[in-house]
Amino acid sequence: MADAIINGLGGLTVGLQMLAVDWRNTIMILVGFVLLYLGIKKDCEPLLLVPIGFGCILVNIPLSDVMMKEGFIRALYDAGITTELFPLLIFVGIGAMTDFAPVLAQPSTFLLGAAGQFGIFLTLLLALALGFSQLDAVAIGIIGACDGPTAIYVTSKFAPHLLGAVSVAAYSYMSLVPIIQPPIMRLLTTKKERMIVMKPVAKPVSKTTKIMFPLVITILGGIIAPKGLPLLGTIMLGNLMRETGVVSRLTKASENEIANVVTLFLGLCIGATMVGSAFIKAQTLIILALGFVAICLDTACGVLMGKVMRVVTGGKVNPLIGAAGISAFPMAARVVQKEGSKWNKKSYLLMHAMGANAGGQVGSVIAAAVMLSVLAGMGIIR
Amino acid sequence: MDNFTFGITMLICGMGGTILTLWIMSLVMGLLGKLFPEKPEKKEA
Repeated sequence: MADAIINGLGGLTVGLQMLAVDWRNTIMILVGFVLLYLGIKKDCEPLLLVPIGFGCILVNIPLSDVMMKEGFIRALYDAGITTELFPLLIFVGIGAMTDFAPVLAQPSTFLLGAAGQFGIFLTLLLALALGFSQLDAVAIGIIGACDGPTAIYVTSKFAPHLLGAVSVAAYSYMSLVPIIQPPIMRLLTTKKERMIVMKPVAKPVSKTTKIMFPLVITILGGIIAPKGLPLLGTIMLGNLMRETGVVSRLTKASENEIANVVTLFLGLCIGATMVGSAFIKAQTLIILALGFVAICLDTACGVLMGKVMRVVTGGKVNPLIGAAGISAFPMAARVVQKEGSKWNKKSYLLMHAMGANAGGQVGSVIAAAVMLSVLAGMGIIR
Repeated sequence: MDNFTFGITMLICGMGGTILTLWIMSLVMGLLGKLFPEKPEKKEA
């Protein structure tokens, strides 16, 4: 009987013993706490970092079976990440939440959204130079889309082993946009440029144009880059529902209930990919560093495109709005407004920056779609 | 395909394709704005 009691008590200490054996799990539990701290105390993307942090803790508790064959997070992972369903459902919600009127009022700001995607391709080159495989480099480059669901979609498809690192990098840097962007904006512009006052956007956009926008973009984008149609189609479906105004129940469900439930599941799944033995590698640190470089390059290229537009328009464009040509919506636009008003109290760049930011939102999806179609064209993916 | 060729192809076709696609889209958006301009609200009698 004594043996049975000792064995029984031994069963309660196995987890502790395992924790001592593999230090990487302990480190990852601490990482989980850091993510929770960032989400709860620092308000950095809490909707994602809280479930990611908790998922990370759950999966690193020794003998945890949440990601085993019949574990509950494995079931969610197989249902929503392997099938790419979760990021696509999030996209329907994003489309339902986004007002594309600023970019429709000034279609030229689409080009700023294009320039903001340069970081993707330059980072891809850097990743290749650092020895990553071609598809891994694609997944790392996509952090530069500054767009969590796009990064998750592409990574889960082509480099699922990098999903944790890429997702954490994408969402962390997105929330750090207000810290990362301003120094780059100041470095690349002169005081005179930063002080440029842009005329207010007075052009109204008709409801018909707003309804036609998602339809035309879906067809056009789908014809040019069919591999990205799921990404483009879902964001535009959400936007079409929003703009028609006749399916408000579906629109509200997409931007609230569906997006909330999927965000919770998505976060848990991403966190659960952060197992110590797979995550604690020099490779992860390199990916985080490359993600940072990607967002810096996006900002720099956006501002440089803004400078080109300033020259082309004879000084009417404030180059700062180029920094908003990324997908972090509407955070990047707010950063531009804050930075612009810091240098000239009369400067009101918000609406222009919102146009560039909405362009960046479409731009990141288009960049991913083009990338997938180019990969398919080269025969690297099917 | 070696990494250098792959990287340069992705940069040229990927970035070029993105810029080209968004430029075409901006033209189409401009056209849509002209085809369907915002009409001023009719004043009620």
